Amino acid sequence: MKWVVLGASAALALLTAVAVGPAGFAVDPVTLAIIRDLRVPRALLAFLVGGSLAVTGSALQALVRNPLADPYLLGLSGGAGLGVVAAIALHLGGPWILPASAFLGALAAIVVVYRLGVVTGAVLDTRVLLFSGVVVGAFAAAMMGAIMALSPAAELRNAFVWLLGGFGSASWQSVSVFAAYAALPVTLIYLAARSLDLLTLGEEPAQYLGAEVERTKRLVYGAASLLTAAAVAVSGTIGFVGLVVPHAIRLVWGHLHRTLLPAAFLLGGTLLVFADALARTVFAPVELPVGVVTALAGVPVFVLLVRRWSR
Amino acid sequence: MVSLILEARGLVFRYAGAARSAVEDVDLSLGPGELLALVGPNGSGKTTLLRLMLGTLVPQRGVVAVLGRPLAAWDRRELARAIGVVVQREEATFPLRAREAAMMGRYPHMGPLGAPATRDQEAVDRALERCDVASLSDRWVGTLSGGEWQRLRIARALAQDPRALVLDEPTANLDVAHEMELFELAAHLARVDGIAALVVTHHLNLAARYADRLMVLHRGRVAAAGSAADVIRRELLESVFGWPVEVTSWHGTPQFIPLKRSEET
Repeated sequence: MKWVVLGASAALALLTAVAVGPAGFAVDPVTLAIIRDLRVPRALLAFLVGGSLAVTGSALQALVRNPLADPYLLGLSGGAGLGVVAAIALHLGGPWILPASAFLGALAAIVVVYRLGVVTGAVLDTRVLLFSGVVVGAFAAAMMGAIMALSPAAELRNAFVWLLGGFGSASWQSVSVFAAYAALPVTLIYLAARSLDLLTLGEEPAQYLGAEVERTKRLVYGAASLLTAAAVAVSGTIGFVGLVVPHAIRLVWGHLHRTLLPAAFLLGGTLLVFADALARTVFAPVELPVGVVTALAGVPVFVLLVRRWSR
Repeated sequence: MVSLILEARGLVFRYAGAARSAVEDVDLSLGPGELLALVGPNGSGKTTLLRLMLGTLVPQRGVVAVLGRPLAAWDRRELARAIGVVVQREEATFPLRAREAAMMGRYPHMGPLGAPATRDQEAVDRALERCDVASLSDRWVGTLSGGEWQRLRIARALAQDPRALVLDEPTANLDVAHEMELFELAAHLARVDGIAALVVTHHLNLAARYADRLMVLHRGRVAAAGSAADVIRRELLESVFGWPVEVTSWHGTPQFIPLKRSEET
């Protein structure tokens, strides 16, 4: 029943997003071309990105055993963003290069965050880890600011528009780029579902129940970096989907990752498609950055989360 | 001759930067159906020894074998099918139902995906029944009492269908009835099911009554090992624990009583 509701919502979101827009909905060649070349790839890309961010958030929360973890708070998005801005500044653009340089940035970020996290002792302290994530994210943001400030106006604008996040430049090519980069890490995370269940108990109990803890951690951090990088490269930094969606699913669906991960993917996709549809229609013809919409909706949920968690 | 489930020879382990070894030249062997109690003061190396036996720490010297095979040759899934472990402290980060938690004991028997098979459901049912927590199946683990959570974790370990059970201070924070129930359960599992049980505990008197053998660790070394009569001795306990004691007897089993200062002679 829950799966039916979730699947129907996803379908509804995609149909709505394809049907609405400045050109309206009609069966004539121009509108059909708009639908085929603009709205459908845009809706699909938003769906895939939203789903990937939610899966990434779910996996990271299990890994660091903290419901507040997500790609944004752990500094992954910041690192990926810095990778992209640096690539743009170095004229290394191109749809396939950007995700790769974002991946390098994200990977560098998670390595630094993780090192900082274990600096205080042999055992990883998740509070220190989240704190390090915020610090690394802030550092990445400062570096992006510096690079953009020193860049010529045209590139500055490109980087800035991209940074705010959005699916305005979605095309069938960006859909295929993203799908190509995301397919493997999503699969890997899903195959680690049971290890993630065990890791929420703590690393030592997880080992005694059969989890290869170090291997799982490397794999999931790597996969999370790749997913975040692909998402950031095609749509900028979009916060809160990775944080709020897994939590919503946990509330109604429980915490076993075999169901949590696919459910989070569907809900994350659905929400981001709706958010994007709102972003481009509410103030049409002016588009809001979709990251603004997700943040406006996500911040209150985040506050609730912190209150629940700290009790 | 019955083969050993767990065996360690000449284990030495020193934490990086530590002045002395946490574990120094320790031998340990455990056969099927045997209940071995590992006792010793705080910081005597009990938990470190367990981690060495279970492969979460690697000794600088010495070897560990499980079912006759060196520990290094086991992967985690295989090992989890051979040994069930209940660690000292464990907190679930996210809420789980008691039954879901017990089902995790079946993970080493299951593939990466797919629902639990009938065989897994039955193993969990048996384990929950065994530890008297079947009625708690649908409860959130966060709402369980200390004793219930402890028994649930043992049920999870039993669901692994292990040859050996390792319990690290399983009766910490339990009241008398739960503590006794736990020792009864461990002894029963050893005697009736033939499971090799290694129990770390501070309850020497109960260990003397329930365990087949006791092993006393002191500053990382084996201070004494053997039957209750070999271990519950005044000079030995006084030197290991640094407190005056008197040894008495309960139905033939030696028991000790720590003395008040005013009772010292």
